[in-house]
Amino acid sequence: MSMWSSRGHGWRIAALTIIGIAIVMPLVVFVLGPNMPPGKSTPVAEGQVTDNTVLLAVMVPFTVFILVYIGYALWAFRAKKGEELQDGAPIRGHFRAQLVWLVTTTIAVLFLAIFGTAELLADNGAGGGGGPNPVAKPSGATIPVQVIAQQWEFTYRYPTYGGVETATLVLPVGKQIAFHVTSLDAVHSFWAYELGVKADANPGVDNVAYVTTKKVHSFQIRCAELCGLWHGYMFDTGYVVKDAEFSKWIAARQAQFQPVSKYLPKYAPSYSPDPSFRAG
Amino acid sequence: MNARSLLRFNLLTGVVLGIVGFYLGWWLGHLVKAPSIAYFDDTGQNDIALFFAYFVGVVAFLVGLGFANYPIQRLLGKPPSLREKETAGIGRYFSLCTDHKVVGIQYLIGIGTFIFIGGLNAMLIRLELMNPTKLVWNGNNYLTLVGIHGTMMMGMMTSGIIGPFANYLVPIMIGARRMAFPRIEALTFWLLMAAGTILMTTLAFGGFPTGWTGYAPLSEQANMGMDAYIAFFALVGLSMMLLGLNMCATVITMRAPGMTWGRLPIFVWGTISTSILMVLAAPVLVSTLIMLALDRTAQTGFFNVQAGGSPYLYENLFWIFGHPEVYILALPGMGILLEILPVFARKPLWGYRLAVTGMLGISLLSFLVWQHHLFVSGINADLRPFYMLSTELISLPTGFIFLCALGTLWKGRIRLTVPMLFSLAWLFNFLIGGLSGVFLSDVPSDVTTHGSFFSMAHFHYTIMGGLIFAFFAGIYYWVPKMTGYMLDERLGKIHFWVMFIAFNSTFGPLLVIGFLGMPRRVVTYAGYLQGANEWVSISAFVLGGSMLVFLANLIWSQLFARVPAGSNPWGSKSIEFQLPSPVPVQNFDRIPTFGPDPYPYGEDAAPAQRPVIAPARPTP
Repeated sequence: MSMWSSRGHGWRIAALTIIGIAIVMPLVVFVLGPNMPPGKSTPVAEGQVTDNTVLLAVMVPFTVFILVYIGYALWAFRAKKGEELQDGAPIRGHFRAQLVWLVTTTIAVLFLAIFGTAELLADNGAGGGGGPNPVAKPSGATIPVQVIAQQWEFTYRYPTYGGVETATLVLPVGKQIAFHVTSLDAVHSFWAYELGVKADANPGVDNVAYVTTKKVHSFQIRCAELCGLWHGYMFDTGYVVKDAEFSKWIAARQAQFQPVSKYLPKYAPSYSPDPSFRAG
Repeated sequence: MNARSLLRFNLLTGVVLGIVGFYLGWWLGHLVKAPSIAYFDDTGQNDIALFFAYFVGVVAFLVGLGFANYPIQRLLGKPPSLREKETAGIGRYFSLCTDHKVVGIQYLIGIGTFIFIGGLNAMLIRLELMNPTKLVWNGNNYLTLVGIHGTMMMGMMTSGIIGPFANYLVPIMIGARRMAFPRIEALTFWLLMAAGTILMTTLAFGGFPTGWTGYAPLSEQANMGMDAYIAFFALVGLSMMLLGLNMCATVITMRAPGMTWGRLPIFVWGTISTSILMVLAAPVLVSTLIMLALDRTAQTGFFNVQAGGSPYLYENLFWIFGHPEVYILALPGMGILLEILPVFARKPLWGYRLAVTGMLGISLLSFLVWQHHLFVSGINADLRPFYMLSTELISLPTGFIFLCALGTLWKGRIRLTVPMLFSLAWLFNFLIGGLSGVFLSDVPSDVTTHGSFFSMAHFHYTIMGGLIFAFFAGIYYWVPKMTGYMLDERLGKIHFWVMFIAFNSTFGPLLVIGFLGMPRRVVTYAGYLQGANEWVSISAFVLGGSMLVFLANLIWSQLFARVPAGSNPWGSKSIEFQLPSPVPVQNFDRIPTFGPDPYPYGEDAAPAQRPVIAPARPTP
């Protein structure tokens, strides 16, 4: 039985774990990581890809260890077929093992929390709705775009372009955009997948999210909070276009909607439409 | 059959009175004129009447079951019976019975039925998602399916393990003959049955569109079907509070001599930590739902922006309950896991104190994390780092549970019985569930994953992969004790492997689908996700099919091909397996005394270390 000594088991599990990590870690960091969602269309999205990669990398050692351990235990500590009922060794704990586990997991958790906070404050979390006054306010000029959610579509208002309201979201490339997300009725969530932006649309609330556009592309927009009957149909395509194209497009919209613009309410952080109670 | 036996209180009288009460309440509700509320007349929607109907119906149902007998007898000065229907044969399963073992089995069947309904809903949801654009159900019916599935599962499974197993086992494990409040114990079960029935009545009132979260103001716009959701969850909350209080009182006051806190079987610790959560979290749910009901009937406007309320208020209150709720679901599973591993590894539980610390730590921390559900909602943005930290801290006590499980396997003599397979699967599933949770706890990652199929798959990994697998581990392990007959091993293994593989093949891809940008609770989705969704749907149908294997096993082995279990089929050293199967009505002839060791594996325990048990005589 000497080869089954405690030390032997421990070494074998350690060796298998290290081999496992050595195989999985590069795959995660270099193959899976860079391809993690939501892609690299904007700096915010890129930051999320980095975050996802780091989180995966932190998980790898724990996952590999636990799976190797269970697999090893099932192989080495399995009762033989037809074996009489026998008890294992009455081991009730191991102070050092508990201490090592506690220290390791604590370090991992604190690292994740500190890393997450740093990333959040370093603008990578700016794509998430940060309330009316986001903590991490990026420097430099922004183009405000108001996203008005209602059952069951998004409309977009450009306050710096005369408050014109459109049904399509078009953004100029290479500019810093401030989305002001609000709702007219239920709670919605404005999710621009490739931009790395998600912000809940609450009635009466101006929820701000920042993103800097980087390249010309189209992106998916979806409602990510259950908002009633046609929630599943509340999607849309947005476009990031060249500056000149954007100027042309917005000028055309201003001209097109000129006759009805007087019926729009004055631009405000949020709106309170009637009826305020259930219509039935 | 004479008139007297017809008047005996049982499930039938309860249902009849319940239906009469429902219509009585409906009529009373229409008498309440609310002239200021114009839409009642305009739309034919009278929520006040429906709430009255549910309320009077539930009270009448309970009276019909005989819950009023005891207080009435006391008021009349007659000597009431202290223990009801405890020896009355099969009929006791269909009436108010104060025997904790009968209540346990009632829970198992009752909750099992409603879970089965919830599971069928899941199949219908997956049927819809086979195709990105074609509709099998219309939008409203689809959302109702989603709502009933989520609400039924989240409501019923709060008591999914505590109900059947803790009610049955905790008194035995601590050496008591009953729970502290046997009549309340029965009440918690019948409240749940009334609640489940009420939730199904939503179909008669147009369903509800909000999912299990019931976010206002959507839940305030919704039709009368929403009231069924409110009544359901409020009754479940009430049942949870009573169940939790009863469990706490039982474990605190009714432990036998020698059963100190440090000697409690770990399953009892799992029950205690869950019960604390139930007692503290459920009141928040009930009061939130009362506010929602008032908004819908009396037009109070707690959650209505134009009336000065706030949807954030609802989200906060709901998740103050809602996050402890998910640990109410997870903790009993951990208790079962750590209770079963020592038996089939033939070893004492490794790190008993660490496991207890882990469970209590999870209980405590679960109250401090709720706003991670609201990371992108725009509320309290500067508190996000705190909630990120507290959420990630929960992985420390959860890690303790894992370490204890791994340590228990170390140098054991592992036997891969069906309960053991389900326990090991728990470890695998909960590992993935926990790790996927890390993405949701990190704010920048959460921007992509929040509200997507990723978060849905994450909590199915923890709740279905954790709780339901532990539930089945418990069934295969303890049902022979409850009924006296084994479940078939071969069918059990088929059930396990089909369920385990199909489960991972369903929810593994869903994690990816969520990352690729598919929001939750949608009836249509982007075409490029069709292949993946078809795969998931087919896996889900196989997963549903594995439940049929289980049902066949249950019916076949318990009714037809009966193999007697004997008192101790697993060679377990827990006290319940030293009693005859099924456990006699009084449990013990004399109250046992306990030695210092709940898991005396691997040591020839000195007589002083073993419990001294005198089982009661078997029920004739």
